[in-house]
Amino acid sequence: MAEYNQLELMICVAARNLEDGSTVVVGTGAPCAAAMLAQKTHSPNICILFEAGGVAPILPAMPISVGDSRTFHQAIMASSMPEIMETCQRGMVDYTFLGGAQVDMYGNINSTMIGTDHSKPTVRFPGSGGANDLASLCWRTMMMTVQDAKRFTNNIDFITSPGYLQGGNSRYEAGLPKGTGPYRIITNMAIMGFDDETKRMQVISINPGYTRKDVQDNCGFELLWADTINETDAPHESELRILRTEVDPDRYIIGR
Amino acid sequence: MNKKKIAQKNNKLKSGQNELFTNPDADVAREFFRTKSRALKPKLSTVEEIVRTYLHDGDYIVIGGFGANRIPTAILHEIVRQGKKHLGFAGHTSTHDFQILVAGECFDRCDIAYIIGLEARGLSPNARRYMESGKVKITEWSNATLSWRLKAAAMGLSFMPARNLMGTDTFKYSASKEIICPFTGQKYVAHPALYPDFAAIHVHECDIYGNAHVYGASVSDQDLAKASKRVVLTTERIIPTEKIRQNPEATFIPFWCVDAVVEMPFGSYPGNMPYEYFSDEEHLREWLMIEKNPAEFKKFIDKQIFGTKNFYEYLELNGGIEKMKKLRAIELLYDQK
Repeated sequence: MAEYNQLELMICVAARNLEDGSTVVVGTGAPCAAAMLAQKTHSPNICILFEAGGVAPILPAMPISVGDSRTFHQAIMASSMPEIMETCQRGMVDYTFLGGAQVDMYGNINSTMIGTDHSKPTVRFPGSGGANDLASLCWRTMMMTVQDAKRFTNNIDFITSPGYLQGGNSRYEAGLPKGTGPYRIITNMAIMGFDDETKRMQVISINPGYTRKDVQDNCGFELLWADTINETDAPHESELRILRTEVDPDRYIIGR
Repeated sequence: MNKKKIAQKNNKLKSGQNELFTNPDADVAREFFRTKSRALKPKLSTVEEIVRTYLHDGDYIVIGGFGANRIPTAILHEIVRQGKKHLGFAGHTSTHDFQILVAGECFDRCDIAYIIGLEARGLSPNARRYMESGKVKITEWSNATLSWRLKAAAMGLSFMPARNLMGTDTFKYSASKEIICPFTGQKYVAHPALYPDFAAIHVHECDIYGNAHVYGASVSDQDLAKASKRVVLTTERIIPTEKIRQNPEATFIPFWCVDAVVEMPFGSYPGNMPYEYFSDEEHLREWLMIEKNPAEFKKFIDKQIFGTKNFYEYLELNGGIEKMKKLRAIELLYDQK
């Protein structure tokens, strides 16, 4: 079996979730790598969008900003932020990837602050950026993150971007578009989805080398478990080769 | 549950609780725009004069581009150099622009969509200290929300309905309000129009009247130019008006939005300028590193901004034309000899 690191695994798993012909809004880093890998493997016609306006670029290198020149290099369109966000609001964007400092069992994400006083935070983060918009308006939201009990917590300090809010039907009752919401949480240990009824986070497969106990011990809330739990298909030689030689040859994202 | 029932169930509509820093009233804006000059007249100026004439302490400002892409760096430096204070600022994916204004502690209220970070480059320690100090009044939004707030103003309206923010703390600490669609019963969030006092935008080329061409992703800059009361452009180069008239569909910002124009080659440095030059990642990294030590950072700012008379001296200090050639090679993906 091929040797790989945690990021390579998460990027390969994320890429497999992006089917050909779909649209995906990505940020810099691992999500962009996943979209590029999908494009160079099973999804040659995936349409990659960047929130500053880039539509379907032929990426010559990994962007350093979601608005830099790379994000519209030989693109179909160099548009605007309203154009991208309104395309999401119209229901034309299938996937997005988000990150954050905390995530709870309903997939709500914090990227704003740690602390109890909003006007004087203990730790201030960048804030929503486009994250709230993409989580609200894209059909399926995914998250790629290293898993630990501090990050996966129900004591989330601030809900920056909506998951299933308080679970059940609460997301749609709040006014967010029907049928949208968190789809996959891809960690170094496991892949999670969400239970249809309760909308709670539910493990669907465990990554090679980890146990059920590892996955639960590194999560601050009780996880649900699918009826059948498979072992995650490890990165294939062919995926790793493309990831390392074509997607991220300088190893900015996958590391050295 | 159908939409009517949802509307009934939610007859208690929620409001964001934080402060709205600007007046969304469309009639107040119309009164201003009634007096704004529409004359097709030459508008060439200098950075020093623009900041002295068009920007006042306490104004609410917006910056074009996208943080470290197509930013009007010369104007930002001059705002710091002239010691402008108590500004309101729209943090609409603000990255290096935010760093510069924080270095001068120029603003004390901020509409936040994205601040402190420099995307893949990491977080700014100095911006973080400033935002954790409690010195700045803040209201939370998102990138699309600020785009749509500007769009509402660009349309001459007082709000824009949308389907984001709802159900989150981002909404709770915003100043938006939930509303019900009078046609379908669907719940929306109404985002208040944002009419800034001052906007600075860096463009690829414009004529002396301010008719501008911009290439690459345009972010929110067309709405920003329409929504703002006073608009100044820095431009990579001045072009003759014939070039505008030969290709009128390419006009990105028309003259009547623009108050002043300055020719400023390499004006987005150290930011990226599409098709012209890439960002100076070494300089941005140095800036981020030095910020870790406040005393060292003060020396750095003294040298880079207060110690330079203008933007040309800043460019020279950081490698001048030779550096610009290197950044052009990176942008255009060729190997320099």
